[in-house]
Amino acid sequence: MKLTSILFYAFEALAALSSIALIFARNVFHGALLLITCLLALAGIYILAFAEFVAITQILVYAGGILVVIIFGIMLTTKLSGKPLMIEHAYRFSGSLAGILFFALFVYFISIETFDSGPSPANALKEIRTIGIALMTEFVLPFEVAGILLLVALIGAAIIASSTNTKKM
Amino acid sequence: MFPIEHFLYLAALLFSVGLVVVITKKNMIMVLLGIELMLNASNLNLVAFNQLYPEGINGQMFALFVIIVAVCEAAVGLAIVIQVYHYYHTSVPGEVNELSD
Repeated sequence: MKLTSILFYAFEALAALSSIALIFARNVFHGALLLITCLLALAGIYILAFAEFVAITQILVYAGGILVVIIFGIMLTTKLSGKPLMIEHAYRFSGSLAGILFFALFVYFISIETFDSGPSPANALKEIRTIGIALMTEFVLPFEVAGILLLVALIGAAIIASSTNTKKM
Repeated sequence: MFPIEHFLYLAALLFSVGLVVVITKKNMIMVLLGIELMLNASNLNLVAFNQLYPEGINGQMFALFVIIVAVCEAAVGLAIVIQVYHYYHTSVPGEVNELSD
């Protein structure tokens, strides 16, 4: 068994276990840390699937951006009373039923389908330069639209979070 | 080059777990975490199928744009969560049951 196989299945097990532990997490802060563990394991899987740029973007965006934003959100929505924020669970039966049924459906359809491998798996390694050139030529319209979307989301989030004139009670 | 079924089973598990988290958790931030998990399950599928057909990079590009949309969703969603918390003094989605005062 090669080292890459061991790493791949270790990352898969880490992602699966941390995501399953997220179901049972009652502390929101622990939930955020479990999600980041799962997403970093996914970044490792992306590297082993020859998608280095996506992996680096995943690490930068999630560990550097979304984790900080989520922890700020957790701290701003607790009373800071010293005790950790424990949450309740609702709809346990229907939620787990929906999850199990979705998972069974996915597993059934994946197992009956056969996926032929590509014609040339040898040159699977893409340079990051290829992605950069594609972003500036073939995907330039989605790239610019994504930039506008980020700007709009930035302004919208700042305006929504800063208007504190409507208070009840 | 790993078999693509292993990617797909992991993605199916992540999507199902995200769905369960969205349904069962009584906290809006945990609901956002579940949505992030579902988006990442779709990303894993895109990267896996791009590995299966390595002559193009469309899957990786689409995964990058999904990450961008996930960032926007997290930022705006958390801003809305903070405003709802200021207004209703709760972060439980079931207790937000009126549209205006």
